[in-house]
Amino acid sequence: MAQVATANQSMWSGGKSPFKVEYGKLMMWYFLMSDAFTFGAFLISYGTIRFSANSWPDPNHVFRSFPIIGEMNIPLAFVSLMTFILIMSSVTMVLAVGAGHEMDRKGVLKWLGWTILGGAAFLGCQAWEWTHLYHQGAWWGSNPFVNIDGTQASTNFTNFFFTITGFHGFHVLSGVVINIIMFIMTWKGVFDRRGHYLMIEKAGLYWHFVDLVWVFVFTCFYLF
Amino acid sequence: MANAHSAEHHHAHDEQHTFDRKAIWRTFRILLYITIFELILAIGYYSMTFSNPELVKYLLNGVFIILTLAKAFFIIAEFMHLRHEIRNMILTISIPALLFIWFITAFLWDGNSYKNLRNTYDRHYLDHSKEKAPAPKPHGHGEEHKEAQEPGKLH
Repeated sequence: MAQVATANQSMWSGGKSPFKVEYGKLMMWYFLMSDAFTFGAFLISYGTIRFSANSWPDPNHVFRSFPIIGEMNIPLAFVSLMTFILIMSSVTMVLAVGAGHEMDRKGVLKWLGWTILGGAAFLGCQAWEWTHLYHQGAWWGSNPFVNIDGTQASTNFTNFFFTITGFHGFHVLSGVVINIIMFIMTWKGVFDRRGHYLMIEKAGLYWHFVDLVWVFVFTCFYLF
Repeated sequence: MANAHSAEHHHAHDEQHTFDRKAIWRTFRILLYITIFELILAIGYYSMTFSNPELVKYLLNGVFIILTLAKAFFIIAEFMHLRHEIRNMILTISIPALLFIWFITAFLWDGNSYKNLRNTYDRHYLDHSKEKAPAPKPHGHGEEHKEAQEPGKLH
């Protein structure tokens, strides 16, 4: 016990890195914590309103369209594609971070490029979904969908849907912009001169967080 | 800068984890399978009829919560690499996140309580919420709501 105490004391008495991570990475983690609480507040308020309603629209009915194929009655197929794209881009981001550890500039560029493409594809899908819903008459303050039991729905459903997926989409957009900046910096050899690719890791943390939030948005809006 | 770099590689065995591409693809497969499984459950629920659909839906939502938390765990632990960090750092992230448990419980409870209060004491609200919508079709899979096709009517 005494030994543990001294070990802790020496670890925190300065001159050492207690968490063995760089300052910026730790601060990125704490930023993501606060962002998680922001998203949590959004999703929990959605849950509160949904729990207080006697009925709610049926997500399987609302989200059943697919571009080009149109009204094919394939529930959740399109949003599954979006989920797949985002998870896939998370994988390519990990591979970019891995390549960065190996100081492999070409590898970082390749995987970061795929990640940017994945993010752009996700944003494209979301733009299509929003446009489609808009043309069905759904928007903030306007809800064309009836409740699952056939009663008139309030506009809470569309308000929360557009606010939360919009806030998430904004995060995806910022993530893509950050990744593009990382791509340019890598391309110019900034990280090679700096001697490490830790910046890619911080961008990666942010990108994975965006994927993480989508997992919860997906469950709350499309599955429940 | 060199310090940060050496700190990053301080634990020697950790280096293997960082470059373990197999682990990354394994995590990806787990996430993919969980998502596909969730979709099968969701689509299965809507294409089948149950004698007690509400109970089935509650059970299903429980399953979705567990699977979602499992996905979140894999993304945080493997993709974000938190599992391989120092224990103290993991705790500074995970202990504040535990606040969510109470956060969710309290607010959903509150929402449910509000529903019960209104249904008990607000007769007008209760009657109004039981009225069928004036839409041409009450609700049906595969049938289009006519008004949903004409945005002009709603704007």
